[in-house]
Amino acid sequence: MTTAPPAPPPAATTRRPPQHLRRQARTAAAFIMPFAVLFAGMYLAPIGYTVYQSLFKVHHSGLGLSAPTTVFAGLSNYTAALGDPAFRGSLLRVLLIGIVQVPVMLLLALALALLLDARTTLFKRFFRLAFFLPYALPGVIGAIMWSYLVAPGLSPITAAAHHLGLHLDLTSNTLLAPTIGNMLTWGWTGYNMLIIYSALQAIPPELSEAARMDGCSPLRIAWHIKIPMVRPALVLTTVFSVIGTAQLYNEPAILHNVAPNLSSDYTPIFAAYDQINADNFNAAAAESVILAVLAFALSFGFLKFMQRRGETL
Amino acid sequence: MTAATDTPPPPTRTRPDRQDPARPRQLEITRWLTLGVMLLATVYFLAPVWWLLVSSTKTNSGLFTGNSFWFGHVAFFSNVRTVFEEQGGIFSRWLANSALYAVGGAAVSTLLAAMAGYALAKYRFRGREFTFNLVLAAVLIPQPLLAIPLYLMFSPVHLVNSYWGVLLPSMVSPFGVYLSRIYAGASVPDELIEAGRVDGAGEFRIFATISMRVMAPALVTVFLFQFVSIWTNYLLPVLMLANSSLQPVTVGIVGWQSQRGIGSSAVPFNIIITAAMLSAVPLVVLFLSLQRFWRSGLVAGSVK
Repeated sequence: MTTAPPAPPPAATTRRPPQHLRRQARTAAAFIMPFAVLFAGMYLAPIGYTVYQSLFKVHHSGLGLSAPTTVFAGLSNYTAALGDPAFRGSLLRVLLIGIVQVPVMLLLALALALLLDARTTLFKRFFRLAFFLPYALPGVIGAIMWSYLVAPGLSPITAAAHHLGLHLDLTSNTLLAPTIGNMLTWGWTGYNMLIIYSALQAIPPELSEAARMDGCSPLRIAWHIKIPMVRPALVLTTVFSVIGTAQLYNEPAILHNVAPNLSSDYTPIFAAYDQINADNFNAAAAESVILAVLAFALSFGFLKFMQRRGETL
Repeated sequence: MTAATDTPPPPTRTRPDRQDPARPRQLEITRWLTLGVMLLATVYFLAPVWWLLVSSTKTNSGLFTGNSFWFGHVAFFSNVRTVFEEQGGIFSRWLANSALYAVGGAAVSTLLAAMAGYALAKYRFRGREFTFNLVLAAVLIPQPLLAIPLYLMFSPVHLVNSYWGVLLPSMVSPFGVYLSRIYAGASVPDELIEAGRVDGAGEFRIFATISMRVMAPALVTVFLFQFVSIWTNYLLPVLMLANSSLQPVTVGIVGWQSQRGIGSSAVPFNIIITAAMLSAVPLVVLFLSLQRFWRSGLVAGSVK
């Protein structure tokens, strides 16, 4: 596709690209160069540098009297990270939060999108705006807001539970994960809903119209026509959500300010950040690589799995 | 192709319920049930924001008494004044920093993305598909996941704790290249470029004076998305900037929040809440006023 000239092909073809194509290539290069340089510097280089860093180790000799030296460490940073129960725990914690939170959020987003798309729903414009508003709020601001909404002493939710005679502490160790899950669901449902809703709007109206004429109930239309047709949007939002959960940092970091019991290596990014603060750059690099590889494997694996299932259906 | 034209939703309700004369009762029930569910969801999504608004009008002690979801003694303007006076007026510095990072980063990244996307759409050269696929793969890498690698790389070259530490990474938008290419491919006619060439204009002049104008709606979307992602970014600036006079407003406010309990100089809750509310205003305004660009960007994101 790259080199195919538009039909019909010129009568006299030479092996060298024609003059005007070579000039096009030069112009294109000039146009792309500024972006390409920054892209290489800000995307490719940091990734490469981090992989490189993860293979080295700072060696402090003797009593620390002489300057530390950097030595090749092979995969020892990786084995150390994976052998660290705190880091493993953070990976597992994020995985568990994702397994529960992502399906809950996406089911909610799908349900709201379907309702918004339904023929008889009123005030669509208002509801669409209302559901999307949390996404318009910066994530950090949403997190600060929620941190106060759950903080003992300030939380109206805790106060309401107290009125009912219940003792509820949303920042207790057992409720930390659900609290974070709720913050994520609140912030991202509207965004996912809008993507699914846009896909629903692209379905030709004749399809559900015809089904309705045949006496199909709205529920069956949703299940048999609409949901299968927005499958690509559902796959896409799942992949985005998986990647989003892997980099979980803001919500727990801010919750930490009102919940000191939240450990400082709660999520993998948190743990890597901690390593940076402790000047263990090589360990931080290894942990980042592990996280990126796992996130990539999970989202890519999911994509492949859905594609294969799509073929057999 | 969908990038700029934000068509209103198809007229799904043009003929409300004339079609089901046999089941009007059932239809009514469904309608009310749906409305109930939608209202419940609205309460879930809006109540926290309402709480933030109401709380920003309260005194610090007012936060702990009375109805959390209704106004008490209104102290909004004195709160705002305190926000801007706290710690020698650093809040306005933070806002200015955020604006600098977001406007500077978004402007440069939009221009570079427009150039690259235009070239990918309109010129034929070897490696074009490879370049585009590389950019597409990068769209999937979220900025925050890159923050730690960027910090590790910037640290030895002393870009940490400087404006450039945040600005440089903000100037790259693979999503912008993606959107620009799609849009330029669909909306800039080859004849227009050819006409420019016949008139003797150089390639860059054609791009700057003709093509960019046609691509304007997509470029607004690119700018908007990049602006928002820079303004809301937290991990990158919190890693890069230890000096609070360089920090954007997100990092600054969280810094205030984390001082809680460290002595009497700590910033009171109501001031943090008011600051949080104020720092969200520019984004909510942008979002509400440029809704159609938002949606077109999201749609473009979902068709890839």
